[in-house]
Amino acid sequence: MIKQYETVFIATPVLSDSQMKEAVAKYVNLIKDNGGEIVYEEDWGLKQLAYPIQHKTSGFYYLIEFKADPEFVATLETQYHRDERIIRYLTVALDKNAVAYAEHRRQVRAAKAAAPAQAQEEAAPAAEEVETNAEEE
Amino acid sequence: MAENNEIRYLNPPTVEVRKKKYCRFKKAGIKYVDYKDAEFLKKFLNEQGKILPRRITGTSLKFQRKVAQAVKRARSLALLPYVTDLLK
Repeated sequence: MIKQYETVFIATPVLSDSQMKEAVAKYVNLIKDNGGEIVYEEDWGLKQLAYPIQHKTSGFYYLIEFKADPEFVATLETQYHRDERIIRYLTVALDKNAVAYAEHRRQVRAAKAAAPAQAQEEAAPAAEEVETNAEEE
Repeated sequence: MAENNEIRYLNPPTVEVRKKKYCRFKKAGIKYVDYKDAEFLKKFLNEQGKILPRRITGTSLKFQRKVAQAVKRARSLALLPYVTDLLK
Protein backbone atom coordinates (compact mmCIF):
# COMPACT_ATOMS: atom_id res chain seq x y z
CA MET A 1 0.00 0.00 0.00
CA ILE A 2 1.49 3.29 -1.10
CA LYS A 3 -0.24 6.54 -0.29
CA GLN A 4 0.59 10.09 -1.13
CA TYR A 5 1.40 12.41 1.73
CA GLU A 6 2.32 15.99 2.25
CA THR A 7 4.39 17.18 5.14
CA VAL A 8 5.21 20.70 6.27
CA PHE A 9 7.69 21.41 9.00
CA ILE A 10 8.85 24.60 10.65
CA ALA A 11 12.50 24.84 11.60
CA THR A 12 13.88 27.32 14.11
CA PRO A 13 14.93 30.68 12.66
CA VAL A 14 18.35 30.45 14.32
CA LEU A 15 19.58 27.97 11.71
CA SER A 16 22.00 29.14 9.05
CA ASP A 17 21.36 28.41 5.39
CA SER A 18 23.62 25.39 5.36
CA GLN A 19 22.10 24.02 8.56
CA MET A 20 18.66 24.37 7.04
CA LYS A 21 19.79 22.53 3.90
CA GLU A 22 21.21 19.82 6.08
CA ALA A 23 17.93 19.45 7.95
CA VAL A 24 15.99 19.25 4.69
CA ALA A 25 18.45 16.72 3.28
CA LYS A 26 18.03 14.61 6.38
CA TYR A 27 14.29 14.26 5.91
CA VAL A 28 14.48 13.84 2.15
CA ASN A 29 16.97 11.04 2.63
CA LEU A 30 14.90 9.54 5.41
CA ILE A 31 11.94 9.32 3.05
CA LYS A 32 14.02 7.87 0.24
CA ASP A 33 15.79 5.36 2.46
CA ASN A 34 12.48 4.01 3.66
CA GLY A 35 11.24 3.25 0.18
CA GLY A 36 9.43 6.53 -0.29
CA GLU A 37 9.38 8.66 -3.39
CA ILE A 38 9.70 12.45 -3.36
CA VAL A 39 7.05 14.03 -5.55
CA TYR A 40 7.69 17.67 -4.86
CA GLU A 41 9.60 19.99 -2.55
CA GLU A 42 8.95 23.59 -1.77
CA ASP A 43 10.88 26.05 0.35
CA TRP A 44 8.67 28.78 1.80
CA GLY A 45 11.63 30.50 3.41
CA LEU A 46 11.55 32.45 6.63
CA LYS A 47 7.98 33.27 7.55
CA GLN A 48 6.41 35.16 10.40
CA LEU A 49 4.42 32.87 12.71
CA ALA A 50 0.85 33.78 13.55
CA TYR A 51 1.65 33.20 17.22
CA PRO A 52 4.90 32.50 19.08
CA ILE A 53 6.08 28.88 19.31
CA GLN A 54 8.84 28.19 21.85
CA HIS A 55 9.32 31.95 22.20
CA LYS A 56 10.08 32.28 18.50
CA THR A 57 8.14 34.55 16.22
CA SER A 58 9.38 33.28 12.87
CA GLY A 59 10.50 30.05 11.30
CA PHE A 60 11.68 28.34 8.13
CA TYR A 61 8.82 26.52 6.44
CA TYR A 62 9.47 23.57 4.19
CA LEU A 63 6.98 21.45 2.29
CA ILE A 64 7.64 17.95 1.00
CA GLU A 65 5.18 15.87 -0.99
CA PHE A 66 5.98 12.20 -1.07
CA LYS A 67 4.63 8.74 -1.69
CA ALA A 68 5.25 6.18 0.98
CA ASP A 69 3.89 3.33 3.00
CA PRO A 70 1.45 4.47 5.74
CA GLU A 71 3.62 2.87 8.39
CA PHE A 72 6.46 5.17 7.47
CA VAL A 73 4.59 8.27 8.64
CA ALA A 74 5.01 7.29 12.29
CA THR A 75 8.76 6.94 11.74
CA LEU A 76 8.95 10.35 10.12
CA GLU A 77 7.00 12.02 12.90
CA THR A 78 9.15 10.40 15.56
CA GLN A 79 12.20 11.85 13.85
CA TYR A 80 10.55 15.27 13.76
CA HIS A 81 9.70 15.00 17.39
CA ARG A 82 13.24 14.13 18.43
CA ASP A 83 14.77 16.86 16.31
CA GLU A 84 15.34 20.06 18.26
CA ARG A 85 15.59 22.10 15.08
CA ILE A 86 11.96 21.36 14.19
CA ILE A 87 9.49 23.42 16.16
CA ARG A 88 6.30 22.30 14.43
CA TYR A 89 5.28 19.73 11.83
CA LEU A 90 2.19 18.48 10.08
CA THR A 91 1.76 15.46 7.86
CA VAL A 92 -1.47 14.88 5.96
CA ALA A 93 -2.58 12.13 3.60
CA LEU A 94 -3.74 13.43 0.23
CA ASP A 95 -6.94 12.06 -1.28
CA LYS A 96 -7.59 12.15 -5.01
CA ASN A 97 -8.95 15.70 -4.98
CA ALA A 98 -6.00 16.88 -2.95
CA VAL A 99 -3.56 15.24 -5.35
CA ALA A 100 -5.25 16.97 -8.28
CA TYR A 101 -5.14 20.27 -6.43
CA ALA A 102 -1.48 19.83 -5.51
CA GLU A 103 -0.61 19.10 -9.12
CA HIS A 104 -2.43 22.18 -10.31
CA ARG A 105 -0.79 24.29 -7.62
CA ARG A 106 2.60 23.09 -8.76
CA GLN A 107 1.87 24.04 -12.37
CA VAL A 108 0.64 27.48 -11.39
CA ARG A 109 3.75 28.10 -9.33
CA ALA A 110 6.03 26.79 -12.07
CA ALA A 111 4.34 29.06 -14.59
CA LYS A 112 4.76 32.01 -12.27
CA ALA A 113 8.41 31.23 -11.72
CA ALA A 114 8.97 30.95 -15.46
CA ALA A 115 7.36 34.29 -16.23
CA PRO A 116 7.99 36.60 -13.27
CA ALA A 117 7.03 39.66 -15.29
CA GLN A 118 3.54 38.36 -15.88
CA ALA A 119 3.21 37.02 -12.39
CA GLN A 120 2.19 40.35 -10.96
CA GLU A 121 -0.70 40.71 -13.36
CA GLU A 122 -1.79 37.17 -12.79
CA ALA A 123 -1.47 37.43 -9.03
CA ALA A 124 -5.21 37.23 -8.69
CA PRO A 125 -6.74 36.43 -5.31
CA ALA A 126 -5.88 32.95 -4.18
CA ALA A 127 -9.50 31.89 -4.35
CA GLU A 128 -9.51 32.18 -8.10
CA GLU A 129 -6.53 29.94 -8.24
CA VAL A 130 -8.53 27.30 -6.48
CA GLU A 131 -11.54 27.82 -8.65
CA THR A 132 -9.68 27.33 -11.88
CA ASN A 133 -8.25 24.17 -10.47
CA ALA A 134 -11.62 22.62 -10.01
CA GLU A 135 -12.93 23.56 -13.40
CA GLU A 136 -10.26 21.51 -15.02
CA GLU A 137 -11.42 18.29 -13.50
CA MET B 1 -64.21 56.41 6.24
CA ALA B 2 -60.77 55.71 4.92
CA GLU B 3 -60.65 53.62 1.85
CA ASN B 4 -57.69 51.54 0.89
CA ASN B 5 -56.38 53.89 -1.70
CA GLU B 6 -56.37 56.72 0.77
CA ILE B 7 -53.80 55.13 3.01
CA ARG B 8 -50.52 56.87 2.59
CA TYR B 9 -47.18 56.20 4.10
CA LEU B 10 -44.72 58.85 5.05
CA ASN B 11 -41.93 56.62 3.90
CA PRO B 12 -42.52 53.98 1.27
CA PRO B 13 -42.64 50.60 3.01
CA THR B 14 -39.37 48.85 2.47
CA VAL B 15 -39.59 45.39 1.07
CA GLU B 16 -36.35 43.61 1.67
CA VAL B 17 -35.15 41.54 -1.21
CA ARG B 18 -32.64 39.15 0.24
CA LYS B 19 -29.97 37.71 -1.91
CA LYS B 20 -30.05 33.97 -1.83
CA LYS B 21 -26.94 32.56 -0.21
CA TYR B 22 -24.99 29.93 -2.00
CA CYS B 23 -22.10 27.62 -1.35
CA ARG B 24 -19.09 29.11 -3.05
CA PHE B 25 -17.38 25.73 -3.31
CA LYS B 26 -20.29 24.10 -5.09
CA LYS B 27 -20.76 27.06 -7.35
CA ALA B 28 -17.10 27.23 -8.35
CA GLY B 29 -16.62 23.48 -8.35
CA ILE B 30 -13.81 23.51 -5.79
CA LYS B 31 -13.21 20.05 -4.43
CA TYR B 32 -10.31 20.50 -2.04
CA VAL B 33 -9.87 23.16 0.61
CA ASP B 34 -6.19 23.95 1.00
CA TYR B 35 -4.89 24.59 4.51
CA LYS B 36 -1.77 26.25 3.10
CA ASP B 37 -3.73 29.12 1.62
CA ALA B 38 -4.27 31.28 4.70
CA GLU B 39 -5.54 34.29 2.74
CA PHE B 40 -8.37 32.24 1.28
CA LEU B 41 -9.31 30.71 4.63
CA LYS B 42 -9.57 34.17 6.18
CA LYS B 43 -12.81 34.61 4.27
CA PHE B 44 -14.36 32.10 6.63
CA LEU B 45 -13.15 33.71 9.84
CA ASN B 46 -14.37 36.68 11.82
CA GLU B 47 -11.89 39.25 13.04
CA GLN B 48 -11.22 37.31 16.21
CA GLY B 49 -10.12 34.40 14.08
CA LYS B 50 -13.18 32.29 14.82
CA ILE B 51 -14.76 30.16 12.13
CA LEU B 52 -17.95 31.75 10.80
CA PRO B 53 -21.14 29.69 10.91
CA ARG B 54 -22.74 28.31 7.78
CA ARG B 55 -25.75 30.55 8.20
CA ILE B 56 -23.54 33.53 7.48
CA THR B 57 -21.22 32.21 4.80
CA GLY B 58 -23.78 30.00 3.08
CA THR B 59 -21.30 27.15 2.76
CA SER B 60 -22.82 23.70 2.41
CA LEU B 61 -22.34 21.25 5.25
CA LYS B 62 -19.95 19.08 3.27
CA PHE B 63 -17.60 21.98 2.67
CA GLN B 64 -18.07 23.60 6.04
CA ARG B 65 -16.50 20.50 7.54
CA LYS B 66 -13.62 20.73 5.10
CA VAL B 67 -13.15 24.44 5.77
CA ALA B 68 -13.10 23.75 9.52
CA GLN B 69 -10.51 21.02 9.04
CA ALA B 70 -8.35 23.26 6.87
CA VAL B 71 -8.55 26.18 9.30
CA LYS B 72 -7.50 23.95 12.18
CA ARG B 73 -4.55 22.62 10.20
CA ALA B 74 -3.52 26.14 9.27
CA ARG B 75 -3.74 27.15 12.91
CA SER B 76 -1.49 24.37 14.07
CA LEU B 77 1.11 25.43 11.49
CA ALA B 78 0.92 29.03 12.73
CA LEU B 79 -0.40 30.19 9.37
CA LEU B 80 -3.52 31.42 11.18
CA PRO B 81 -3.80 32.51 14.80
CA TYR B 82 -5.86 30.61 17.36
CA VAL B 83 -6.97 33.79 19.08
CA THR B 84 -6.50 37.35 17.99
CA ASP B 85 -8.03 40.75 17.66
CA LEU B 86 -8.40 42.58 14.41
CA LEU B 87 -7.48 39.86 11.98
CA LYS B 88 -7.62 41.29 8.42
